[in-house]
Amino acid sequence: MLRKVLMLGLFLVGAAQPLRAADTADPQAEFAAFRKYFTERFAKVPLDDFVNGPYSMDEGLRKQWKAIEEFPPYEFAVDKGKEMFATPFANGKSYGDCFPEKGVGIRQNYPYFDTKAGEVVTLELALNRCREQNGEKPFDYTKDDMAALTAYMAFTSRGKRFDVKIPDDPRALAAYRKGEEYFYTRRGQLNFSCASCHVQSAGNHIRTEVLAPALGIMAAMPIYRSEWGGMGTISRRLVTCNSQVRAVPLAPQDELYRDVEYFLTYMGNGLPVSGPGARP
Amino acid sequence: MRVHHLVALAALVSLVALDAALAGPAEDFAAAYAKAEAASKAAVAMKTQWLPTASALAAAKKAGEAGKYDEALALAREAEALANASIAQAKEQAADWTNAEIR
Repeated sequence: MLRKVLMLGLFLVGAAQPLRAADTADPQAEFAAFRKYFTERFAKVPLDDFVNGPYSMDEGLRKQWKAIEEFPPYEFAVDKGKEMFATPFANGKSYGDCFPEKGVGIRQNYPYFDTKAGEVVTLELALNRCREQNGEKPFDYTKDDMAALTAYMAFTSRGKRFDVKIPDDPRALAAYRKGEEYFYTRRGQLNFSCASCHVQSAGNHIRTEVLAPALGIMAAMPIYRSEWGGMGTISRRLVTCNSQVRAVPLAPQDELYRDVEYFLTYMGNGLPVSGPGARP
Repeated sequence: MRVHHLVALAALVSLVALDAALAGPAEDFAAAYAKAEAASKAAVAMKTQWLPTASALAAAKKAGEAGKYDEALALAREAEALANASIAQAKEQAADWTNAEIR
């Protein structure tokens, strides 16, 4: 009798779940589900505040952050980035010539899917391509000059609402889906996925740190991390996350990294650019 | 067969046996390392390589080059096991990741 009750219960639970083929992507439905999950789980957090990551989760950390923001550690990077933007390349062109609106106030549109090239283009990738197209050597994707440039571009875009588009192109949907898969796939000897920390354990502690929710997690990039003692880009964060779970990192700006940035930033659409940020 | 033929034959058999005995550990390591390296390359190609795999493989190579074959063999086998585990993880996750999706 008990077995029959259990079987009936399992059947009812299974029937109540919405059925969706595992190999299809529905960005709009997934966006809505993602948003609902975090706003219900953290009902006291105002929607826009999710961009503040761990500071939206822990009052003590928030107070420390507010104190730090009086003399933000990323300020030097912003100033350096501004100077780099104003300095022409050897050929007389400058960064502004590579971007819409001269590169000012556009962070919220990245990454985007380039339908000509059939790939996701991140801000970091676009900046290095700008350099190479103008005869300059590319920068290391993870820190220093690249962090300064993206810090400046984020700063000029603060408050603008993320607006990452998935065009009506199967390749764009495939890139989104690959990014989604990457986000939820366990990896490394420690067998963690991005979701292990930033969905299931969001708001909880890992050692001394509070784990940021995945909702809005791209909004504050690039960041000055106290742990790093310096600035780091999205590339740096993805590489170090992989190492932390004992996975060999991919090359910065690997297609999979760009795809997961595409997925995560799309999930944060409508939230404000808050970068550059300071994190523990 | 004459006695001196028999003696020569016995000496030849002994030499072959001795050669096999002396080459054993090095050959065993070489075979194990080749297997580990192949598994590691497969993991890299699948973008699922683990850091400990790479470390174990490098340590195996170093120990082998130093003639520490027992240690090298153990490390090579560990590297192969780690590489195979990472490949199994990737294959399992390719099927299972959707179970973690927020819906």
